[in-house]
Amino acid sequence: MMLPDLGSLLGFSTEKIEKGDFILLSDRNADASFLINHFLSLYLRAGCKVCFLGLVQSFSHYSAVALRLGVNLVQAREQGQLVFLEGLKDSVGQLLQQGPDSEAYPMGFLRGSQTDLRSLFRFVQRSVGGAGEWSPSILLVDDLSVLLSLGVSVEAILDFSHYCRTTVCHQLQGNMVMLVRVGEDEDDEEGPELLLKALTHQCSLALSIQGLPTGYCRDIHGQVEVRWKERGPGAAGPGGALAQKKLLQYKVHDKGVSFFARGTSSAVL
Amino acid sequence: MNMAMSVSNTGERRSQQNTRPACNTTSFQKKSRSKLVSIPGTRPSVQNGQLIVSTGVTSLDYVIEEDKYDSYSRMLLKYFLAEGVVCGHHVFLGSARDPPDEIMQDLPAPILDDIPSNAVNMGQVTACDSEDQGSMKIAWRYQNLPKVQTALASSSRFGHYYDASKTMARELREAVKCSTFFLPHELPAESHAEPSPISEAYRLLLRSIQELIRQEGFDGTAPQKSRNILRIGLHSLGSPLWADDICCEEKPTQASSLTSFLYGLRALLRSSLCTCMVTVPSHLIQNRAIMDRVTRLCDTAIALESFRGSERETNPLYKDYHGLLHVKQTPHLNCLVCEAPDTKDLAFKLKRKQFSIERLHLPPDLSDTVSRSSKADVAESARLLSSACGGLATSNKHLDF
Repeated sequence: MMLPDLGSLLGFSTEKIEKGDFILLSDRNADASFLINHFLSLYLRAGCKVCFLGLVQSFSHYSAVALRLGVNLVQAREQGQLVFLEGLKDSVGQLLQQGPDSEAYPMGFLRGSQTDLRSLFRFVQRSVGGAGEWSPSILLVDDLSVLLSLGVSVEAILDFSHYCRTTVCHQLQGNMVMLVRVGEDEDDEEGPELLLKALTHQCSLALSIQGLPTGYCRDIHGQVEVRWKERGPGAAGPGGALAQKKLLQYKVHDKGVSFFARGTSSAVL
Repeated sequence: MNMAMSVSNTGERRSQQNTRPACNTTSFQKKSRSKLVSIPGTRPSVQNGQLIVSTGVTSLDYVIEEDKYDSYSRMLLKYFLAEGVVCGHHVFLGSARDPPDEIMQDLPAPILDDIPSNAVNMGQVTACDSEDQGSMKIAWRYQNLPKVQTALASSSRFGHYYDASKTMARELREAVKCSTFFLPHELPAESHAEPSPISEAYRLLLRSIQELIRQEGFDGTAPQKSRNILRIGLHSLGSPLWADDICCEEKPTQASSLTSFLYGLRALLRSSLCTCMVTVPSHLIQNRAIMDRVTRLCDTAIALESFRGSERETNPLYKDYHGLLHVKQTPHLNCLVCEAPDTKDLAFKLKRKQFSIERLHLPPDLSDTVSRSSKADVAESARLLSSACGGLATSNKHLDF
């Protein structure tokens, strides 16, 4: 089990996957990519059908990391369990406007002729559908905020995530995990902050990674704030706020990550 | 971590550029681990099997530093290129302001004779300056701390030393293949740019790099025996000379142009045997968010802050150094966790025969008669350096634990 503390806290395990969850990962002054790698491994081990939009690293990077977490991405892809979009691979051709212009290219928005993420959404639609031996369907995005760096507007990204959520979480009763990276300035109303605020309202679970407020420390890489909606009969409906909250600290290792309550790091005790 | 922009720009900003180089490395991996690719000037990483090159400043094999005043970042770029020449790599230099040939003619000369081994490990600095390594008398507390490594120490065989006061011999330089891109020569008189997230200048640069990679087979198509590394140096991206307005406007029209270029560059680097050093005049970029995005799109990002022209130049606390070095980001390609340095408080100094990076240690506050203002200085600088918990800061900030 990759996330013993977090998993037991949230009721996550390979045996029991919640349906219809939208999990929002975010980081500020830290790197939450370890979380997306963990979720990828978790869902593959649980036998889900996974569509992974790897927009910021090559497939071989995710593959190497997944191997350390005990999962073989190459095999999963060959067997059809994993559909992987390697965003970087086609990007140069699109940026340089080489080759034909077609909606078939998921990264076609880089050409500049498209103002929305329609072709990317069509790719997601094609990939998560088709119930087979793998279930439920999961969509993972690493990361959403890089689209802002590529000239896509906040509105277009929110539209895209809305369409994905409707398809994956509501229609297919699967889960969606998205990573949004924000800068230091919390008052900055543009771009990533706006994206984060809007998506936070829609998600059922939010994991926010931050550097330690006291500065850089080698033994404690940061803190994670976990917020989630209450589940069960007494819970608020889909529009309910993320009422439950917990703050933990973490350290990333070569083969995993350990979470601990504040002040209980082995470096301190 | 706050980049301390305390330097006041009194006069011309142009000559005092705060540049930030970032480095992208390749994650190109051979499929069969048993046969190691042997390309001169590279060695495989034990951590994740990637090929590593030295950047030319042996302290900076893994971390690229950027200094605020273009004098130091330019120096680093030259070291990077010089190392490429000495290793026989193919060198590519892109620039918009200075003709690439001029930069190439000004590379530092390598010191090719043997260096005694105790001069080598610049990256290893003890916490105390004491000559007596055996036992420390005053600073006994530090004795048990491991020798501080800035995570940058490397053996002397990998990487070379350069004499900054001499320029590289022409024969040496001309022995390697060098490709250049000088924007004023490449931009057509009339541009018919279609709308695109990337500007024409950057698009031309990207295409130029793509073509070079394909022609010379850096993408793996070259036969194994003639495989080589492509070292790409790009000077001052983001400056107005690259037809970019992120340094001129707070809400630039081309806000995503540089970041789109860096994305494309990353795509090229990930699929080829290349390494790249880019310098960016971040002090000119008005919109902080853009600089954050630039940092995220690179593997390693370092900010150099020169003391020249600032109040720190005469501050006795910093007399041993030329500037500070802030590690903004370290790479973690193909692995979950990056090699985190012990500390992010680093300082640099440029001596004739080496550019050294050391852990910043402020001198001890020995005198009773030291005035309160200098104590405040210490606290202020420690806070600015965002030192690890429990530094010298005397602020009343509530500590988390």
